[in-house]
Amino acid sequence: MSLLRRREAGIALALLVVIGVTTVVQPGFLLSAGGWRDLLLTPAILVVLAVGQAVVVITRNVDLSVGSVLGLTAYLTGRLFLTAPDLPILVVALVAIAAGAVLGLVNGAIVAFARVPALVITLGTLYVYRGITLTWAGSDRINAGDMPRTFLGLGTRQVLGIPVLTIVAVIVLAAVAYYLHTSRGGRQLYAIGSDPDAAALQGLPVRRRLLGAFALCGALAGLAGVLFAARYGTVSSGAGTGMELQVVGAVVVGGVAIFGGSGTVAGAALGAMLLLTINRALPVVGIPDFWQRAVVGALIIGAIALDRVLATRRSRRLAAARDTGPSDREEATA
Amino acid sequence: MRTHARPWWQRALLTREMLTFLILVVAWVVAASVVRGFDGPLTITYLVLDVAPVLLIALPMTLIIATGEIDLSVASVVGLSSVTFGLLYQAGLGLGVAVLASVLLGAVCGAVNGALVAYAGLPSLAVTIGSLALYRGLAVGLLGTTAVTGFPETWTDGATANLGESPYPVITLGLLLLVAVFAVLLHATPFGRNVLDIGRSSEAARFSGVDVKRTLLILFVLSGAVSALAGVYYTLRYGSARGDNATGLELQVVAAVLLGGVSIFGGRGAIHGVVAGVLLIGVLGSALRLEGVTVNVINIVIGTALVVSVVAPRIAGGLRVRRRSVAAPDGGSAAPPHEPPRFAAGAHGDPGGGSAVGQRTQGDER
Repeated sequence: MSLLRRREAGIALALLVVIGVTTVVQPGFLLSAGGWRDLLLTPAILVVLAVGQAVVVITRNVDLSVGSVLGLTAYLTGRLFLTAPDLPILVVALVAIAAGAVLGLVNGAIVAFARVPALVITLGTLYVYRGITLTWAGSDRINAGDMPRTFLGLGTRQVLGIPVLTIVAVIVLAAVAYYLHTSRGGRQLYAIGSDPDAAALQGLPVRRRLLGAFALCGALAGLAGVLFAARYGTVSSGAGTGMELQVVGAVVVGGVAIFGGSGTVAGAALGAMLLLTINRALPVVGIPDFWQRAVVGALIIGAIALDRVLATRRSRRLAAARDTGPSDREEATA
Repeated sequence: MRTHARPWWQRALLTREMLTFLILVVAWVVAASVVRGFDGPLTITYLVLDVAPVLLIALPMTLIIATGEIDLSVASVVGLSSVTFGLLYQAGLGLGVAVLASVLLGAVCGAVNGALVAYAGLPSLAVTIGSLALYRGLAVGLLGTTAVTGFPETWTDGATANLGESPYPVITLGLLLLVAVFAVLLHATPFGRNVLDIGRSSEAARFSGVDVKRTLLILFVLSGAVSALAGVYYTLRYGSARGDNATGLELQVVAAVLLGGVSIFGGRGAIHGVVAGVLLIGVLGSALRLEGVTVNVINIVIGTALVVSVVAPRIAGGLRVRRRSVAAPDGGSAAPPHEPPRFAAGAHGDPGGGSAVGQRTQGDER
């Protein structure tokens, strides 16, 4: 398929149109130091979450607990800095990511071994993980003063005009995209999502792959928790509440089919960027930001409808190719 | 006359729904004997008032999940109807007209979901995540951060008043009526049978003459209308119409329905189980609150109960399957050679194929 006709190109185009129109209305939206920074920085956390979610959705599952995992690991990050100020930043980040991976692994283990729907399990762990954070944190909150300067600096610092958080998000995106696209394990994730029964019959390690997908999603939610702490400086027990629906929305807008088996993490990342950029663009073009969610909702529904139209057209073309195929072969042998 | 392997009373009692009911009774008894103040009359009053919105919305949600679909936009419809109700009151309309208009708007919201799911063939999980944002956005957009308050006391008192001297609020009658209506609809009408048939196999239901699309549309319209009714109640109960009313309630409703034994794959579920599920969450909540335990522990309890309620029957079922397959080593799972596996067909590009929530992992057909 040519580059221009890909689903991702459509989202990228929509993103460019939004940025273009808003910049015409108010040049500072793109053409100022702050505007450029916000454009790249704001979506970074959602991009990381969306990449992890996309991997799970590709396997025909869903992880609703990511918002709660983000909250738990963000608070963990702050707590670690508070109790052990001498710990290097990298170690703290790794601990938070590992904690996220463990939480994801719990989801994955229940889904893969008990063979129960991920929607129900992760809805349950959404409550459990949030409850753990609430119990642990109580009404405490981590403040900027509790965390090292250099760590908070990561949330706002830029390298060559690009925010550090954005660089982290891009590295994550590139690594996961490369894995999904080229490695055996990555391709197996698509196979499992296309048809779990067929994948099992073929002898693919379905359970192992599901565990891996959920662990990766959890680890990335853990990383997002670290980024959240660095970006906002304050972490309360409610951090990331309700984020799961935003993430699933971004993934769906990005063209990852909720039935699994198709879509790319790049699309999901673009979907996340589009959602958040529209949110920031609306007030600029004169629409009160109260209407943000309505626009986002309409966008999600529009994107699913578009996917349906494209899928129907594709399957019609495939069916046509199938119907003409065998007769051609007969002619060749005759 | 049909013959059954088990006598009727065993079939009625040894069910998933009765398990939830049993846990509810145990929870109630333990709470009444351990928690100070739980057996007071106020507990029942507040329990009914608190669970009312969840119970209302859980009724149509039971039917929707029983078809294998889901509606995540319900709490947003609550918010939107709350805002509409408030604005109509501000415009000087009477209670009856305002309620009717709000419920109609809810039905329209549901119809939009239903049309997209049933007629456009879109996955309900994704559609209703979209309309969750859309309807909430409309609600917040209409009122901003302001609220409509100052409803006449005759209206707000009606939402919380008790039946004479009893501890039961007046709304109990309305709740009982709606529970009865939905129980009859699901368990004693052809429509209800169609709902469960669609959940077992939407394809097979279509071939046997069930109008799947119309059934789904009706269910989503019902869900929207009942959610809007819950929105009106919510507004009067707290005396305030706000765009962010009932945010996040959808997850509580889904949790209650699943605790009540409705299968997320569709095909099985019963209203009495769901009522027990809703009350169980309510009882746990009020008992733990009386004990001074904060909302966080309640979250953990609800979440764990949800996970256990789904995993436990699978583990029990898995053991049973394994024992059976030991007896018959060639037990039917492998397809005959040279024949493509039949269940591998039609996952994509087929509007009827697969439920929207279709998070099926391998081996679910068993």
